[in-house]
Amino acid sequence: MEDNEDDEVVKKIMHVMRNAPHGTIYTYEGLEMILIMAAYDQDISVAFIDDGVYALKKDQDTEGLEIKGFSKTFKALDGYDVEKLYVDQISLEERGLNEDDLLVDVEVLSSTEIGKMMAEQDVVVHH
Amino acid sequence: MDIGILVKEGPYNHQASDTAYKFAEAAIKKGHRIDAVFFYNDGVNNASRNMDPPQDDRDIGNRWVELCQKKKVQMMVCIAAAKRRGINDDVLIDCGEITGLGNLTDIAIRNDRLVTFGD
Repeated sequence: MEDNEDDEVVKKIMHVMRNAPHGTIYTYEGLEMILIMAAYDQDISVAFIDDGVYALKKDQDTEGLEIKGFSKTFKALDGYDVEKLYVDQISLEERGLNEDDLLVDVEVLSSTEIGKMMAEQDVVVHH
Repeated sequence: MDIGILVKEGPYNHQASDTAYKFAEAAIKKGHRIDAVFFYNDGVNNASRNMDPPQDDRDIGNRWVELCQKKKVQMMVCIAAAKRRGINDDVLIDCGEITGLGNLTDIAIRNDRLVTFGD
């Protein structure tokens, strides 16, 4: 926790994307939550682990699912001052992916490093 | 300690709402304060007054109402998640409040902990 200029409390809030973007609504509603929280001037970060890394996969086509695609919204997050995007390296590797497969610039970290960051948060919300 | 609770799964289908309730009960007993329970994802179904379980089963809806009335815990339901799932003021449990994710953000900011119950 730290103070910003207005002496308001700024909390470290990490959102953890753990599920594939489609198949359940967790990722989509998680993204909605991130967009709202981004308006509150908090220290927001997003970690992508396990199947959560698929949320950032390039060239998603949701037409056949009849679901509005939202992967591009992850690209727009920096416009909401959500710039801390962390991706678990082993989760990428296990799925045959690398940084070039992702549609946005991220920081690829080891599980240990992400775990350490989680421990430093005031709030961790899993999606 | 001041604690906020986030429930992300529906009643009966998933243990998350049972565990959240038990956690709240135990925390209050230990002298902590539960500020609010916020229902998100399928968790919004916890706030339906239409639950009518068999008599020999726990009444999850009523449990939330009692927690609210007896222990002054606010029961908040995310409006966007609720609208998708047919939860509105007509079917809302007593003391439930349909509200926005901004309120969840406030809960996260003003409490010592936000504890999430989900899959």
